[in-house]
Amino acid sequence: MANSVTARGPSRREAFTAYALISPWLVGFVVFTAGPMIVSLALSFTEYNVVSPVVWRGTSNYTNAFFGDPLFWQSIKVTFVYAALSLIPGLVVGLAVALLLNLSIPWLSVWRAIYYLPSVISGVAVAVLWQYVLNPRFGIVNWALSLVGIKGPGWLADPNWALPSLALMSLWAAGGAMVLYLAALQGVPTALYDAAKVDGANAYHRLRFVTLPMISPVIFFNLVMGTIATFQYFTNAYVMTGGGPNNATLFYNLHLYNHAFRYFRMGYAAALAWVLFVIILLLTLVIFRSSTAWVYYEGQLKAGRS
Amino acid sequence: MTSQTQTAGRKPRRRFMSSETLGKVVALVVLALGAVVMVFPLAWMFSSSLKPLAQIGLFPPVWIPREQVQVAVGESTFPLYQVELEGETRALAMVDKQGRVGTYVDPAAPTELIEASVNSAEPLYRTRLRWENYLEALTVVPFGTYALNTAKVVFGSMLGMLLSTSLVAYGFSRFRAPGLSVLFLLLLSTTMLPHQVTLIPTYILFSKLGWIDTLKPLIVPSFFAGAYDVFLLRQYFMTIPLELDDAAKIDGCGTLGILFRILLPMAKPAIATLAIFHFMWAYNDFFNPLIYLHHQSNYTIALGLQSFNAFRATRYDLLMAASLVTVLPCILLFFFAQRIFIQGIVFSGVKG
Repeated sequence: MANSVTARGPSRREAFTAYALISPWLVGFVVFTAGPMIVSLALSFTEYNVVSPVVWRGTSNYTNAFFGDPLFWQSIKVTFVYAALSLIPGLVVGLAVALLLNLSIPWLSVWRAIYYLPSVISGVAVAVLWQYVLNPRFGIVNWALSLVGIKGPGWLADPNWALPSLALMSLWAAGGAMVLYLAALQGVPTALYDAAKVDGANAYHRLRFVTLPMISPVIFFNLVMGTIATFQYFTNAYVMTGGGPNNATLFYNLHLYNHAFRYFRMGYAAALAWVLFVIILLLTLVIFRSSTAWVYYEGQLKAGRS
Repeated sequence: MTSQTQTAGRKPRRRFMSSETLGKVVALVVLALGAVVMVFPLAWMFSSSLKPLAQIGLFPPVWIPREQVQVAVGESTFPLYQVELEGETRALAMVDKQGRVGTYVDPAAPTELIEASVNSAEPLYRTRLRWENYLEALTVVPFGTYALNTAKVVFGSMLGMLLSTSLVAYGFSRFRAPGLSVLFLLLLSTTMLPHQVTLIPTYILFSKLGWIDTLKPLIVPSFFAGAYDVFLLRQYFMTIPLELDDAAKIDGCGTLGILFRILLPMAKPAIATLAIFHFMWAYNDFFNPLIYLHHQSNYTIALGLQSFNAFRATRYDLLMAASLVTVLPCILLFFFAQRIFIQGIVFSGVKG
């Protein structure tokens, strides 16, 4: 097998065994990934409602998305606005809690469990819970606001507040990012802080010039994955608002779902899926490109820059 | 873990409290406040699940579910009030009410009728937790059927996932064959693929197979090894020394014997991580059940809860009870396997 000390390379038997073992993935790749990708690309140039025959439509699905479907642009806007509203506060809160927990305070595991727990539970139950928590008339958020003399907004029922409501709810699950940041913080060598102190750095300097550069790869990773995840956002929008009010929470994925499984416009939905794929590719590329400016990888020598 | 960081630069000056201790106190206060905010919605969910419907819409909210005390006077029961009479407060039962004037009696001496303004009377409450809400929430919809379907989906797909992932990860970590490294790169590249790109043809495939409104689309794909799981297990297998394989081979172990008797027992932490994250994903999955399941008898818990919510949106007492039951397995799993969760998320980033 792999460790046989022959110089002739793998035997045919070994190769056969290897392919037999990976065959579940290979078959799955062909049937559930590669095949569907080709079919979905082809479908995106057609009109198809599962029952009637496929009709070739050329690029009309794509031109229709960009120039004839105002809800397409609305869903793009909703998705990006939500990404900004949820990811940036999530980064700040997650990092802040991680920094506090990194102060070698007592009961670390208890705090960590409390902050992490809400991000463990997800799905419909949490959506139902938050619908109730954000109820304008008797929800506890508006009750808490009333204690300090603020009359709370209509949250999910108000077109201006619906998206911020969902972002607020996502902050509740900031503990997932917190655990990541905490692990990253604990990986920062103590010697760096000692050296900074010798050089007269105060707490802010140590955060700005030691901590943040050292954990920037994790921040970067989290932002990339968070943006991509926003394009997959579905359950909360479907359960809590159904895309409303007035399409204020029409996420991209919800728009796609509506076309595929409500109107059975499979061709158009396939086109939307490919546009989504390209957006995610571009986003990943943009974030990776821009990262060299601010992400510090330990031991990395910036060739041609320094 | 990081205590050295903070204790290194101690100053010789003596103060009431060092700035470092003060910092920790402030941190603890901030953390405690934040923790209250974190726990609030869950506490609210628990409290509401035990309320009568009438107390759901109260503002300001009642945190401890209660009911008005009833007392027996003669042959009927009447609500008990705290009535202010000539400067003293007495607990009296209200037997009649005309306009703004109530007629009260002392339950101990029911012959004397006392008339007083209802403005001077406050209802007397006692704590009453309606545990029967849970029974009602779980029977008003076929929750047992949902749970059974969910168990079939979660554990059926988990079995498929573990079996196929083990085989494929073994193939990618212990064998040499032409093209294998290229295939592994291909596998890695599919982890970035959004599922929407394959969604529609997959749906059409399952509908042509007649699998719509069955649990099969939620179980069968797991038998074909997901890229992410394979990667995780393969990385773990790579850390197990090859000498163990050799020793097993000398002892007469076959190809599959090495996998099942040597590698998998040694990879228990990785298997546990895979199983737990798969559970969380499959249990909470809403999108796939939504598109593939149509009849209530096939619903999973997630889908059943959503239809409950859609049709009985005002019954927050029952909805909170059902939601609490729904999240309970995840919460319990979290507390029993916290270490795996935290290591898992650190390893896998934001999945889950």
